[in-house]
Parts: sequence; structure tokens; C-alpha cells
Amino acid sequence: MKRVYVNEEWCLGCHLCEYNCAYANSGLKDMVVALKDKKIFPRIRVEGEDRITFAVSCRHCTDPICVKSCIAGAISNRDGVVRIDRNKCVGCLTCVLVCPYGALAPGEDGVMQKCELCLDNACGAPACVTGCPNRAIVYEERSETQ
Amino acid sequence: MKRYVIIGGGVAAVGCIEGIRSLDREGEITVISEEDHPVYSRPLISYLLEGKTDIERMKYRPDGFYKENGCRVFYGRRAVSIDAVSHTVTLDAGAEILYDKLCVAAGSRPFVPSFDGLDTVENKYSFMTLDDALAIDAALFESARVLIVGAGLIGLKCAEGIRGRVGSITVCDLADRVLSSILDAACAAVVQKHLEQNGIDFMLGDTVQRFEGNRACMKSGGTVDFDLLVLAVGVRANSELVRDAGGEVNRGILVDEKMQTTLTDVYAAGDCTEGYDASLGARRVLAILPNAYMQGNTAGINMAGGEKQFENAVPMNSIGFFGLHMMTAGVYDGEMFEDEKNGSIRRLFVKGGRLVGYILIGVTDRAGIYTSLVREKTPLDTVDFDLTKIVASNLIFSQDIRRKKFGGVV
Repeated sequence: MKRVYVNEEWCLGCHLCEYNCAYANSGLKDMVVALKDKKIFPRIRVEGEDRITFAVSCRHCTDPICVKSCIAGAISNRDGVVRIDRNKCVGCLTCVLVCPYGALAPGEDGVMQKCELCLDNACGAPACVTGCPNRAIVYEERSETQ
Repeated sequence: MKRYVIIGGGVAAVGCIEGIRSLDREGEITVISEEDHPVYSRPLISYLLEGKTDIERMKYRPDGFYKENGCRVFYGRRAVSIDAVSHTVTLDAGAEILYDKLCVAAGSRPFVPSFDGLDTVENKYSFMTLDDALAIDAALFESARVLIVGAGLIGLKCAEGIRGRVGSITVCDLADRVLSSILDAACAAVVQKHLEQNGIDFMLGDTVQRFEGNRACMKSGGTVDFDLLVLAVGVRANSELVRDAGGEVNRGILVDEKMQTTLTDVYAAGDCTEGYDASLGARRVLAILPNAYMQGNTAGINMAGGEKQFENAVPMNSIGFFGLHMMTAGVYDGEMFEDEKNGSIRRLFVKGGRLVGYILIGVTDRAGIYTSLVREKTPLDTVDFDLTKIVASNLIFSQDIRRKKFGGVV
């Protein structure tokens, strides 16, 4: 399946992916209304500083430990895409405790949110990748041995 | 066609069912559930009392889970014995069920010490099951004085869950600190202060000597008058079925890395087991939900003829009280590295060049990176440890490792 992969050498640290993510998941039509003067809670986060930067989002692991560990049964794996039912989440952060990639963080309401590859919002494909000016993140098929 | 039987209907059983079905769609699965409910998320019972969830949202799996997985479920029934020779499980009403592979996922039960006069207390509760929570829910009233015996995870989550619905809460514990199973003394003091600021009173290093109706006479000489008593002293593994069948048990049913007990074709998973704690390097009961699922899943895959080993179980907890989150993992042994800022605490424990445990209070971002260092026994000379000491970040890894993590299928 297609996943988001990182080309760290090409990341400019511009944080556009974070803004595009927050906008895509806001459900709003106007990017200015969605983002201006607001603290954003994107599902992809640029880590690093100075020369080394890279964007981290859910790896959609083949054997996701978050699914096995969620105390509310709120995280599931459907056709390889790891999704969260925010209605069931109680914000215990056990998924943060177990994710080896540090790829999950709570949303503004304290309820967990995660990258679902923009499959259920209006974008249909990861908005972070679409908006990345330098192909520092890509959305493609890679084999397990690559 | 294989006949699988699972004793227990909780999270370990779900892990087992999903493990079996990942390899065998045909075999017959029978689930014996003492609780008269489809599987639900037990750790959510405090959130239920707090009004942060409801019974519908507490369903651990969607309606139709058992049907879709071809399971026959006996609700409200208890297994009374296992005959490992004839491969049969006997139920409470005498029925016998044959199995080819059995998984004992019988969980644990509250441990209730023999307090003098406990029988004189009318309104006393445990806090473990949905039925316990519903009973407490029905008994709460605005001016109620609640005494909780046990300042562990269960007792304190109960306290948080009901704080807004009762008059006062007193928590007592024989230990001299709160959450003694997961926090050291300094961290426990920080958490206790936060709980006190949120209206929970403590009597630590103290225990009930005897009950006289609605009055607890404490060892220290004081008394506590209460309307409701919650007993949250601890839990005991339900290991008797395997012990009586001739299997080895200690504080729980002994299992190997495949979740096999010492009885042929009998597996065990979840809170009833004593498995291997990779951080301690010894056996230990790890009664946490992720462990229950992973053990159950491992058992299921092996029962269905697959090959699966679960070798890196460690204690780990993520828990919050009144907005203060904390995470802990592993053991608190070796050299400690501490970073305290603005009331938050980060304590890392290093032994033999490996991170063996940690305590985080108020700084939990990306803590899973630390957990993975503990679980995978990552040599700390392969990461930037100076950075690790102050932040959980993927920057601690080399570019090569990051390329594998974020450029490959994982």
C-alpha cells in the first residue's frame, strides 16, 4: 500500500506540511479561517533544528503496537491504514507511550488524533505530501525489503 | 477442524481470537465468559463514572465481533475445571467442552484482606469490572463521604472518576506513598500534591485496623467516617484452574515466550499469567492491557499452528489524574539521569549501557521512543544520549537508522 515516506536530506524545515495537514483536517473551506492566529495541531510534525529536519507522521506499521495497546479499542487497522475512532478515545495517551516513532499527539481537545493519509477528508491523498515544495515527503508504494 | 476453547472474555481473549483467525478461518472457537457482557474496555470504568465515556463507547470491539469471527460465546458461565489429559473443560452446570487447544485468559480478581468487622460495612465495593462501576454509580450521592483503601492505579482512578460527584474522598494505603508500584518517592510526592490540590485526602503509611459499620478505625489511632467504601488493595491472578489441572503456577500461571503453560495444549494469557519481564530479566505478573492483548495474540497464533514469540514484555503505564499525565516503563535501577523543569520531571534509568526504565511526569511527548529503547534494549552508544536525557526525539538516532524508520515499510 501507499504510505508517506521521508527524504530527510531534502527537508527545508518550512513546516508547510504541518499547516496543510491542519487545514486538510479542519473541515473548513477557507485556509485563512482554518489557520490564521490559531495554534495548530497537525498530525505530522517537523522534528529537528538547524541543518537536520524531517517530518514525522504515522508509519502505518504492518504490525502496529498502538492498535494492540489502545485501552479503549479505539485504534484499528483497516486494509493497512491505522485509524482512530476519536469518539471512543478517552485521552489516556497509551498510544503515545508505545509508538516507537513518536508519531501520535493529542488534538486541541485532548483527544488523540493521527494521520489517516487524508483518505477520509476532502483531499483523498496526503495533503502534507501534495503541498511539500521539495519532495521531502512522498506518498508511494515501497516494498518491505527496500 | 480444530476446536479452540478460551476461558475468559476480556482483552486477552480478543487477542487470542484475532491471533487464531489470522491463520485459521475454519476452526471452531468457544469462549467462556464469566461476565455477562460482550468484551468491553475495563480500564475505562473510571471514565464511565466521570461521564467521559458510556457503555456503548466502551465496547472494545464492534457489535458482531464474535459472529464475524465464528465464535460461540457462553456468557455468565464459569469454567470449574480443566482435564489436560482428556482435553476437556467442565463448566459450572456440569457441561463438558472438548478442546484441541485451550487458552486460559481468566484474568484476576480483587484481593480483599481480612479486615476485622468488614462484614459490618453495608456499602462496600470493588473497582474492577463494569458491574462494580455500575454498582458504585448507583450508590453515589452529592454529599457522600468515600473511603478508598488502596492508593494504587485502581484506587486513584476511582477517586478521579467520582471526585465531581461526591462530598469527600479519603484514600488510605499501607505504603507511604501513592502509586508505589510505578513511582519512586520523589515523583509520588509530586503526584500526591496534585491530587490533594484536586480535593483528594490521603492517609498514607496507615491502614484500617477494623471497621465498625460506617467507621474505619485506623492503625494510627484515627477514625474515618464514610458512606461508601471502595476496596482497591490489589488483585490476584486467577490461576487455580491450571494449578488444579497440574500446571505450574507461581503468582500467576507460568507461561513461556509462546504463552504455553506447562500443560500440553494449554496456553494462558493476560492478568492470570506470570510471564517474563524483559526489563527486570525475571518473571513477573504484568497486569496491563497491552500485555494482555499481545500475550493473547501470541497464544492464538501458536494455537493455530503458527510461530510467534513474545519476548519483550515490560511494565509500562500511561495514566493521568486531573490533567497531569505521567508515563512509566521498565525498572528503576542503575544510574539515574534527571531533568526537572517547570514542575515536570523526566527520570531515565541506565544500566549496562541500556535504558532500563523511565518516569515522566508532565512531559510525555513522544515517550514511545523511550519505551522502544527499553523494549529493544538499544545500546545507548548508538544514539545521542545527551539529547535523550532532555527530550524524546527521533533526532537521537543516526541518519541511517532514521532512513530505515521513515523511509521503509516498518
